[in-house]
Amino acid sequence: MIEIQNVRKSFGPLEVLKGIDLTVQRGEVLTVIGGSGSGKSTLLTCINGLEPIHSGKILVDGTEVHAKSTNLNKLRQKIGIVFQQWNAFPHLTVLENVTLSPRKVLGMGKAEAEVIAEKQLKHVGLGDKLSTYPSRLSGGQQQRMAIARALAMSPDYMLFDEVTSALDPQLVGEVLETLKMLAEEGMTMICVTHEMTFARDVSDRVAYFHQGIMAEIGAPDQLFGDPQHPETRRFLASVR
Amino acid sequence: MFDTALSSSDLLFLAKGAGMTIIVTVISVTIGTVLGILFGVIRVQLGAVLSAPLTFFLDIFRSVPLLIQLVLANAFMGMVLRLQLSGFTVACMVLSLYTAAYCSEIVRGSIDAVPSTTRRAARSLGMSWAQDMRYIVMPLATRVALPSWIGLALGVMKDSALVYVVQVTELLKSTQILITRLQEPLFLLMICGAFYFLISFPLARFGGYLEKRWSND
Ligand SMILES: Nc1ncnc2c1ncn2[C@@H]1O[C@H](COP(=O)(O)OP(=O)(O)OP(=O)(O)O)[C@@H](O)[C@H]1O
Ligand SMILES: [Mg+2]
Repeated sequence: MIEIQNVRKSFGPLEVLKGIDLTVQRGEVLTVIGGSGSGKSTLLTCINGLEPIHSGKILVDGTEVHAKSTNLNKLRQKIGIVFQQWNAFPHLTVLENVTLSPRKVLGMGKAEAEVIAEKQLKHVGLGDKLSTYPSRLSGGQQQRMAIARALAMSPDYMLFDEVTSALDPQLVGEVLETLKMLAEEGMTMICVTHEMTFARDVSDRVAYFHQGIMAEIGAPDQLFGDPQHPETRRFLASVR
Repeated sequence: MFDTALSSSDLLFLAKGAGMTIIVTVISVTIGTVLGILFGVIRVQLGAVLSAPLTFFLDIFRSVPLLIQLVLANAFMGMVLRLQLSGFTVACMVLSLYTAAYCSEIVRGSIDAVPSTTRRAARSLGMSWAQDMRYIVMPLATRVALPSWIGLALGVMKDSALVYVVQVTELLKSTQILITRLQEPLFLLMICGAFYFLISFPLARFGGYLEKRWSND
């Protein structure tokens, strides 16, 4: 369970998160939508401790992320995150990209890590690209590799930050299919997305962020069908 | 033109000078590179403000002509610190710091060239700072740094000709000694140049080989 309690965060004078309260249950798929600069990416990077927060608390399975005593490297093993830019490790093959962390962080043997990596890469449809270097992959393939790389750590939670935004339109579908598959398998996910159809089809709940505040949260039918907050209405009208 | 007074023992003398050039270069580039990596990483970690004293210290070695550094260092070691160091030791010390100063610039720039988003991805997979450095940053930065580093090593090799001022007889000094005796400057300089080329060539080729090998990714 991820519990976000009254979290505030600023970059210099700019307050980016203005008191966010949000709980995500195991097995839940939450999508986060909202305008540019509303703090969606910042929230995700705070959840796995890549960014500090200024007040409030984030608990992952009861562990306080920003407590001094928390071992972040250990905590991050159970929170996978995939970014808009796919961030392949360009000097490693696809297989090595995926086995690196299981081997070095989890201390797995090479053979064991490769079995897991191959399984995850097949899962995202890259079973035939194991010894290819990332530069020879399309954007969609690199993004699916990044997903497999995160999954190879057997995380309990997956955070996705606009993973299709940097892709050519014809490659968006394959990545969304991969996310859908994960959702159906019961993975706990927080997906920041601009793909409203995806949000509607896949989510258990949808949250709308506006200028550092979670203006509205609800089931997809409710949020898309009958938005309560005027900003949500304005936003949905603008993206339709 | 090939009617020369150069004897085989003279050639041996030149070869010994070349050997000295290689030894001084290898020692200085090795120590200088290790120090340069250390200083470069420290500078990146501390940021520009906190590392300003170190940067200033290194800038001295980059901006004062090497000849002056050698003479001053030699005098400083002997007269101020009262250390009985050989010219060879002083030469290696000065050239090592000279290399380290340039190398730390290369290292700093190459580490900065690794996208912060790539490092963020590594950390988000649970890698520690040290693991990110070792498995992601260093391999990628090395690829960026290689051409400049090869240039630096070749430059230090040629600059090492100046260590004659602290009584180290390397290749160019050996050549000059022979020129004084044999009075065949052009021919001897040609041979000297050929020696320099023979020393440089393998390193330059090795660099080319590595660049090619790494270009797959
Ligand atoms: N590292 C940073 N330093 C300073 N300001 C930042 C930093 N990261 C984000 N910001 C600012 O914080 C605000 C929120 O950014 P964030 O990336 O969380 O928005 P977002 O909702 O993800 O937007 P988008 O849809 O454009 O990705 C923006 O105004 C952004 O400029
Ligand atoms: Mg964002």
